[in-house]
Formats: sequence, C-alpha cells, structure tokens
Amino acid sequence: MKLTLRVWRQKNADAEGAMSTYEVDAISPDMSFLEMLDVLNEQLILAGEEPVAFDHDCREGICGACSLVINGDAHGPERTTTCQLHMRSFRDGDTIDIEPWRASAFPVIKDLVVDRSAFDRIIQAGGYITAPTGSAPEAHATAVPKADADLAFEHAECIGCGACVAACPNGAAMLFTSAKVNHLNVLPQGAPERETRVLDMVAQMDAEGFGGCTLTGECATACPKGIPLVSITGMNKEWLRATRKAGKR
Amino acid sequence: MTDYVNYTTGEPAVDGKAPAGPVHERWDKRRFEAKLVNPANRRKHTVIVVGTGLAGGSAGATLAEQGYHVVQFCYQDSPRRAHSIAAQGGINAAKNYRNDGDSVHRLFYDTVKGGDFRARESNVHRLAQISVEIIDQCVAQGVPFAREYGGLLDTRSFGGVQVSRTFYARGQTGQQLLLGAYQALSRQIAAGNVEMHPRTEMLDLIVVDGRARGIVARDLITGRIDTYFADAVVLASGGYGNVFYLSTNAMNSNATAVWRAHRRGAHFANPCFTQIHPTCIPRTGDHQSKLTLMSESLRNDGRIWVPKAQGDTRPPNQIPEDERDYYLERIYPSFGNLVPRDIASRAAKNVCDEGRGVGPGGQGVYLDFADAIRRMGRKAVEARYGNLFDMYQRITDEDPYEVPMRIYPAVHYTMGGLWVDYDLQTTVPGLFAIGEANFSDHGANRLGASALMQGLADGYFVLPATINDYLARNPHQSPVTAEHPAVQEALAETEDRLHLLLAVDGDRTPDSFHRELGELMWEFCGMSRTDSGLRKALERIPQIREEFWRRIKVPGTGEEFNQSLEKANRIVDYLELAELMCLDALHRAESCGGHFREESQTPDGEAARKDDEFAYAAAWEFTGTGKAPVLHKEDLVFEYVHPTQRSYA
Repeated sequence: MKLTLRVWRQKNADAEGAMSTYEVDAISPDMSFLEMLDVLNEQLILAGEEPVAFDHDCREGICGACSLVINGDAHGPERTTTCQLHMRSFRDGDTIDIEPWRASAFPVIKDLVVDRSAFDRIIQAGGYITAPTGSAPEAHATAVPKADADLAFEHAECIGCGACVAACPNGAAMLFTSAKVNHLNVLPQGAPERETRVLDMVAQMDAEGFGGCTLTGECATACPKGIPLVSITGMNKEWLRATRKAGKR
Repeated sequence: MTDYVNYTTGEPAVDGKAPAGPVHERWDKRRFEAKLVNPANRRKHTVIVVGTGLAGGSAGATLAEQGYHVVQFCYQDSPRRAHSIAAQGGINAAKNYRNDGDSVHRLFYDTVKGGDFRARESNVHRLAQISVEIIDQCVAQGVPFAREYGGLLDTRSFGGVQVSRTFYARGQTGQQLLLGAYQALSRQIAAGNVEMHPRTEMLDLIVVDGRARGIVARDLITGRIDTYFADAVVLASGGYGNVFYLSTNAMNSNATAVWRAHRRGAHFANPCFTQIHPTCIPRTGDHQSKLTLMSESLRNDGRIWVPKAQGDTRPPNQIPEDERDYYLERIYPSFGNLVPRDIASRAAKNVCDEGRGVGPGGQGVYLDFADAIRRMGRKAVEARYGNLFDMYQRITDEDPYEVPMRIYPAVHYTMGGLWVDYDLQTTVPGLFAIGEANFSDHGANRLGASALMQGLADGYFVLPATINDYLARNPHQSPVTAEHPAVQEALAETEDRLHLLLAVDGDRTPDSFHRELGELMWEFCGMSRTDSGLRKALERIPQIREEFWRRIKVPGTGEEFNQSLEKANRIVDYLELAELMCLDALHRAESCGGHFREESQTPDGEAARKDDEFAYAAAWEFTGTGKAPVLHKEDLVFEYVHPTQRSYA
C-alpha cells in the first residue's frame, strides 16, 4: 500500500504546530498503525529529519499509552486502540490525517504526544480504596454477588487512554471518572468511602479544566474498552446521593 | 574470539541473610531478627523506587504507608502504564479454596520443580507463604477478581501444576492488580508521602563510599539530567527480554537501570535464563515491532496440534482427526497441554523444525477450541476467553471460533536478573532489586501466573520488611550533595554518553541495530543453544557494538523530548548485556528449564541437567565493557525438594 500522511508536527508545548505531509510506500495490510508510523520514522531519520513523536508502549491494547486522532476519530475507524488498528482498515492510495488528542486539559508536549497527568490527579483525589498493606481481612470474608463483581470489572477495564476526552465535543472527562467511581462504589469494599470518593473525584475533574458533560455519547462510542454511557448516569446518581447526604450532615 | 570468554572464578556468592532452620519458619525468623525503624524516624529516611509495575507500585505505596519518604520514577507518562498491566492469565495462591490438595508446601514444591531446581528453596517457600496474603490484600483494594455465582472467588489451572490455584480477572489480571497497586500509590502521592516523577528515566546509579545513595535520571520531556539522593535505592525496573528486539515486552521496557547498577558493582545472576512463552501470535513479516502473547490459560481448554505429515498445507478443517498430531497429549499424557512453558515451547519448535509447522513460513502450531466449543458451548468459551479471542481476531483477521488459532513461542520473561540475598539486597549495600529485576524465585523456568505473585510478594510484603533492617543499621548516613566526586562522575558519564550518541551522526537508525542484535540473540541464544553458536554470537556482538558507535544516527538534541535518543541509549546497554547472556549460556554446559543446550539432552530430547557441575546460581561481576567478567557461584542446596529429572509424562 502507498499512503499519504498528514501529520501534526509541533516542536514543543510552546511552539506553533502545523500539519506536514509525508508519503509512505510498501505498507503491508498486516502492519499495525504504529508499525506504519515506524516505517515513516525510519525514513525520516535516514533523511536527516526528526521522527514523529508519539506515545506507545505495550502495543497490545492494554497500557493506554497510544493516543492518536486518525481521520478525525480517536483511535481511528475501528473500536480499538491505535496500536491494535491494522492497515487492512485502509485502502491503497488513502490520505490519512493524524493528530494528537485535542483537549484543553491535555496540552501537547510534542507532535502527537500530550500530557494526560490530569487523569492521575483525578485518581489521586479519591480513585482508590483505603486498604494499607497488611490490613486486609481473609479474601472470602465478604462474598460479592457475581453480578456486582462483573459490573465492577466492566468499569475497571478502563485503560486511561483519554479517547473519551478526545472524542467529546466539550472535552469532558466524565466517562473516565465515572468508570472508576462505578468500579469502586459497586463493591462492598468501596462502600465506606463511597460519598467522599465521588465528590472529590468530580471536584478534581472540574478543577483540571475538563469540559462539562452534555451526554452526547461520543465518549462511549470512542472508548476502546466499551465502557458504557450509563456509567456516567451511574456517577451522576452517586454524586447526587452523596451531595444530599452531605447536606443532611 | 575475544578474550571476553576467558572469565575467572572468584569467591563464592553467599546469601548472608537466609536464616537456617525449618524452611517454613525462616521468614518469621528473619522478620523477627531484622531490625526495625521507629515510626517517628521513618520520615527521616528517603527511599528511591525505580519503576511502578506490580513490584515497584506495591513497594512505593507500602513504604509510604509505613512512613518513609519515597521518591519514585517511571519512564511512562503515568505509573498506571507499567508493563505488568499486560499480564493476562492470573496469579497463583495456595488458598486451597478448591479443596483439591493444594497447600503452601505444594506451591513451594511445584515452583522449585518447575524452575528445574535452579532456584533458592528459602525464597520460594517464602513466596508460597505470602501468596495467600496477596489475594486478601488485592480483594481489599477492590480488585475485581472473577467470582462464582455464590460470590466467592473463582480459580483456574495453569501449566506445570495439577491443582486449580490461579486467581484471575478475565484475561486482564495484570491490569487489575496493577491498578490496585497504582491506586494505593496514588493515595500516597496525594498524601505527599510519594514524590512521583513520571516520564523520567534512570540512567545511572550513584554509589558513595560503597553504598547506593541515589540515581541519575533524565526528564524525558525537557531532556534535563538530574541527580536524586536517598538512603536506599530500590530497582523495580522489570526484565530484559527486549534484548531480543521481538518479545512480548512493551516497546520501551529496557535493561538500563539494572545494567547500569551492574556496572556500578551489583552482580548479575543467571542472565541466560530467559523464558520463551509457547502461546504467542506468530510474526507476519519484517515490519513486526513486537509479539503478542495469548494467555497460557487458553491451554486449559484449547488443544495443540500439527498435521502428522510434513508440508501438509490443507486448511485445518480439512485435515481429518487421524491425520492430526496432538503432540503434547501424545508425549506428556498426564499433563497434556498443560506442561510447563519451556517444555511446550521446545516441543513446538521441534515439530516446526520437522517441517510440520503451519501458517506462513511453517512457524506456527494450532491451538484448537473446536472440542471446547462442542463440549461447553460457544457462550462458555466466550465468557472465559472472549477478550483474548477478540484480540487474536484483531491482529490476525482470523476468527478463532471458526478456525484454530496459530501460535508460536516468543521471548516473554527473564528469570535472570540482579543477584539478591534473602533480603532482596544486591551486592551493593543499600541497593535492592524486586520483581522481574531480580533473579531469586523462578530458577531456570517460571511457572505461569507466578510473575504477578512474585512482583506483589516482593513489593507489598518482603521488601518493606527487609529494608527496615538496612535502614536501622545505617541510621545516620552523611548527606550526599551534588558536589560529591562520585555524583559528579556519574553525572558526567551519563552526559558524555548522550552527547556521543548525538555526535556520531552516522547512517544507521537505532532500530536497525536493535533488530540486528535481536535476530542474532534469537538465533544463537534463543530456544536452543550450542557451544559453537554461542561462540559465534560472542564473536559478533563486539563487532556490532563497534559498528554502533561508528554508524548510529540520532536526530535532534538532548535538551528536548527525543525518543530516538532514548532508544539509542537503551541499545548501548543491550549490546553489553547480550554479551553476558551469551557467556552465561556458554559456560552453563547443561540444559535446565528455559536454557536448552543441544549438547545436553536425554535420549528422548528432554533437558538434561548436570547437578554435579551446575547446581549453582551464576553471579557475574562486571570488570569493564568487553572485558572478561568474574563468576561468583552460589551453591544451591535442596533440603526439601529432592532434585530429580522433571517428568510431566
């Protein structure tokens, strides 16, 4: 396959960015999208140019590092991570636009690399269960209904890639935040911190400059792990419940 | 041949911390004898932790909970992305919830045997004891393990064992355990007890007056190189499988932290013990950048086979049952498809070498679920393995519900690593190594679902107990400053190395060198090794190294985000470590576990150990790049599990 790539190039956080056009040839349909970018970068290095910077690590769809907007879609045309997108999803002669996540809470570091540390701070605000090492009771002391365990798992699958934010017209981080709130709040172990968790995480999310949620659902459509839109409804319910409880105290 | 192979043998390596006495009392005894640090004094101690995977994440969180000041580093943009996240299958624990005859002693026995009698009994027994606490800890953190309808935890079987002791969270156990540790760590970051430096890579170790006192690290965004000081340094930087270029490791997993520590005096043990995982997706072409594992749990229900006839190119569904060779079930009737990884990998290589491999290039075998789907229905198979099947389909464009998967072995894990004593301390006082970065628990072959167990055992329970002893015995270390000559030297060496990489301005990319080294290592130091092949590799590696420093091309500068520079710098260390791996493989003229020397096999092609000559861990001391190292042997004593020829037949 022969392809034309239009790639966002930006020297650093302060520099102006622009799209640059490159040609790549002899691309196999079995290559992953990132392997196609490897080909481009080898080409650029040998030509004495700087390779395109992009985040990637496990290349098996689980670490959440890769983060490209491809032809306007977060992670491209398939419902998966960029590293698991293969070139068989494109046609010979295609022109492909490649951009970084676009959101004010995710500033560009270089080219296609963005700063997603806001996500870490949301988790730090309350996305955990307080269980210092050594303090745990026997694992079977509390049975957890299978349905609850499965529900917690479904939300815990979030890989923190940020596609939900990139896809959202408002740049909201509701799906990311709600996935963690639901994961922990549905479990009996998460119950003691149920209210503070949702209140603190939502407050931090707002403080980070993410946009407001208007339930357009783009986030859930882009999510490579299939975190459902009802996750947001679940968090809103938790938040309202916690707010009312806090008001009564 | 260079004189690198003419190594000398030095003083034996001695584990001065392992207590004597009955094996099940040793950990209690050590914990009791270890000195404690008064809680009020803990905040006066700074501990550096490098890496945020299962070992590093759990250690950082736990040390901070105990009151230490932790300064932690990871090269990823977030501690949540460490490569432990990719572990799929599960975590072992001797809970015996199934009432199927499991016990701490059985897990201990299975691990020593699975490691082909090249691990330390004391360490392995401790690991088995701690395994049960890990499950409790993780459940308390909210790790959503798979559960039965009654609400209790589910388990499954893994290779090399006959009990069901593997706890799991669908095919994402590593992810869920890592997020548990990451969340505990996040809580400590928020509390101000952990100072977290993401996108910061350790480039050297600072040793002052014989003790580990800090590290040199580069901020990957700005390129700024800084020094960080502490009372102890913990390396939790993972394994070195990426020496092979193609492996199941993450693209940026690297050996720099452990190799730089080795250069500063930490002995490196059993570097040739690498694990080739039997069930990975075969490569599709020269563009391949990494290999993807399919969890070993698939071998619970999938059946592995190849055609009986050589060069049979019919599609799998047109090959009748009696023309298929379910070779693992045939050769190993009692363990069948669940033999340990080293054995399954070698068997796959053998049938492919016989010309019976399937798929492009004949480098693959079938992993077939047709029987499982007939037996329990597609829905049940989907519930157990759905995400793995999806991943396979995405990568290969084939539907594993309809056509058997094709799999082939790939480099997955490294049992070797920095030599540590029972306290997990290296030969450099104050430098500890935990998780895959050390060598201690898996011998010559790691059993499935034991890496997660070891990483969390080290991080949550072992290190936080043993590091107290070191800090209590060295309470008033004089402060280190940037002006100290040892600090200046480490900093200058790092800066010089990066400047040189940028200055060569040659005509070959970092990846081209990495691929070349990887292919060499796979051919001569991979699944099967020979004296002559290893000598060839040892001849070739210094030549590649020389060419590297003449022809490497790294664009950009050091004062910016520069991924080519990061890569090139890691390759510098691979080019030295690879040499030590080959030398270790050459010197160990026996087969054991994942280390298969063609000269040493039984008449039916199994690994033949030579316990009289090689029942030791080989700890190597660095003497200079390309210079013959010194070998320190730690004799392995087996009081409880008597070494026998492993049999899974």
